[in-house]
Amino acid sequence: MSEPAPLIRLTGIGRTFQVGDQPVHALVDVDERIGAGEHVAIMGPSGSGKSTLLNILGCLDRPTAGSYRLEGREVAQLDDGELTRVRRHKIGFVFQFFHLVPRLTAVDNVALPMVFDGVPRAERRRRAEQALMAVGLGPRLHHRPDELSGGERQRVALARATIMQPAILLADEPTGNLDSASGRAVLDLLDRMRAGGLTLVVVTHDPKVAQRADRILLLVDGRIVRRASADGITEVLAMLTENDA
Amino acid sequence: MRGVDLLGFALRGLSGHGLRTGLSLLGVTIGVAAVVVLTAMGDGARLYVVDQFASLGTNLVIIVPGRTDTTGIPGFGGIPHDLTLADAAAVDRQVRQAVRVAPISMGTDEVAFGERRRQVAIVGTTPSYLEVRQLEVARGRFLPVGELDRGAPVAVLGRKVARELFPGIEPIGQVVRVGGWRMRVIGVMAAMGTKLGLDFDEVVIVPVATGMKMLNRSSLFRVVVQVGSAADVPPARAAIRELIRQRHGEEDVTVITQDAVLTTFAGILTALTLALTAIAAVSLTVAGIGIMNVMLVAVSERTREVGLLKALGVARGQILLVFLAEAALISTAGGLLGLAAGWAVVGTLVGLYPQFPASPPTWAMAAALGVSLGVGLLFGWLPARRATRLDPVAALTGR
Repeated sequence: MSEPAPLIRLTGIGRTFQVGDQPVHALVDVDERIGAGEHVAIMGPSGSGKSTLLNILGCLDRPTAGSYRLEGREVAQLDDGELTRVRRHKIGFVFQFFHLVPRLTAVDNVALPMVFDGVPRAERRRRAEQALMAVGLGPRLHHRPDELSGGERQRVALARATIMQPAILLADEPTGNLDSASGRAVLDLLDRMRAGGLTLVVVTHDPKVAQRADRILLLVDGRIVRRASADGITEVLAMLTENDA
Repeated sequence: MRGVDLLGFALRGLSGHGLRTGLSLLGVTIGVAAVVVLTAMGDGARLYVVDQFASLGTNLVIIVPGRTDTTGIPGFGGIPHDLTLADAAAVDRQVRQAVRVAPISMGTDEVAFGERRRQVAIVGTTPSYLEVRQLEVARGRFLPVGELDRGAPVAVLGRKVARELFPGIEPIGQVVRVGGWRMRVIGVMAAMGTKLGLDFDEVVIVPVATGMKMLNRSSLFRVVVQVGSAADVPPARAAIRELIRQRHGEEDVTVITQDAVLTTFAGILTALTLALTAIAAVSLTVAGIGIMNVMLVAVSERTREVGLLKALGVARGQILLVFLAEAALISTAGGLLGLAAGWAVVGTLVGLYPQFPASPPTWAMAAALGVSLGVGLLFGWLPARRATRLDPVAALTGR
């Protein structure tokens, strides 16, 4: 009997950008499976293709080669509308720079995905408030982003990314712009969400972030050069330093 | 996505940039207000003229001596016959449709009472004139009914003439000199104002035969014929032409109907209104380009937001709707403000010049609103489509 299809299955993924007449290979022949509920960290030097890989996983970008199956479905075969629905219902995004809408309050930012999904106002409000209380922002519901600290903003972003109850949360340097205390609070939240069954893929430079993952992928020049468990982080870090030098 | 939410989101998008939104709103407002004010003025001018004609009396056929086209052999003929009192009497007798016939003799002369003298228009006519021209007598009476060719030495004074010549004195019963003639004042006109260029407050009205002698005229200035109804106008016109042709041996008069003149004027003024509308439409188009500019800036400024919306799983159509809704909000709000502003301007104008019946035609207001909304959507379309086509990855990094 074959094992059930993994949540994410990448086979021979390549992504080539055209910069002038020069083709730039951001990803080359990436194979990877990520199971439901896993927590995977992607590390690598700048320009190694980490963010490109994350964008492809999030269906924001399309690979130029290979196959990406999400829940057994070939993403390349989905039309624009289906991709939109996948992004809306299956995937949550968290960014280094939070990407909150500056003119909206915390509650309205969290409610935003529900607005475009046609959820009635009262229900939006209730769910958004609940989500914000769950990330410890009960007293900050009606503050605008510029009235919140960096850590608070990222927690709002986390609440928003998970409000549609996605299967996968993709985080690009989620603590990159935070002091260590706020960063820890965000990571604790991520752990809690993961304990609730969420699949986490985190791109990071920070060993403290990567340590919390089940597995670490080391990306260099668009290729996965190393897979390690969290215990193998020292080894991966050594490789990273080597590569930077 | 629900309509209310769409509007709410678009509204907050706009209010985030108050000044820019406000300026663009102002552009649409001015454009729509221009349409309202200019069409109101054009239409007001038309109504004013129609009104002036109506105040001259209704269902009139006017006989003018002479032909407008060239007739006769050079050196011979070509000089029209006089239009005489006998002609007027014949029209009254023989044209079945004629209800009232008012022959008119006109000129200017000096009227004097004691040392006070004044140059005025002299109108020689008959009692019918009062009804044909819809005039009113304030005091005394109008011209007496009598034989057409026997002019009594009596005069009816325009209101201003009476006031100027007889300050504080009862004019009725007094004798004034008109030219070399001594005339008894029998009546004073009510305030009539100016009708088609003739100030009825500054006239002296005398019996037509007296007027012709006084002014030394052999031909009447006009014969105004009032007929029973609008339907009677064409047959009356034909009958008059035929009658004059018989009497003069040729058709040497011009018969104008009020309708023909009115139609010509109305045509000219409708063209004027349309021209003004076209000018106003230009300002609306400029306002539309203003909206496009604002929306382009909004889209490029909110590139990251568009990227975020895409990452959140917002469909292209929804993003298009959001930006279109913003453009539509600006143009609709601008349109309504423009209507209000236009009404205010028109109201002020009418307050200043009450005799000018300016009011924006309904079609113009509907068109202005419709066009402003259309312009908003049209010029909002391009920037909105641009937003939907942004690459999400590039947009998120603000590129």
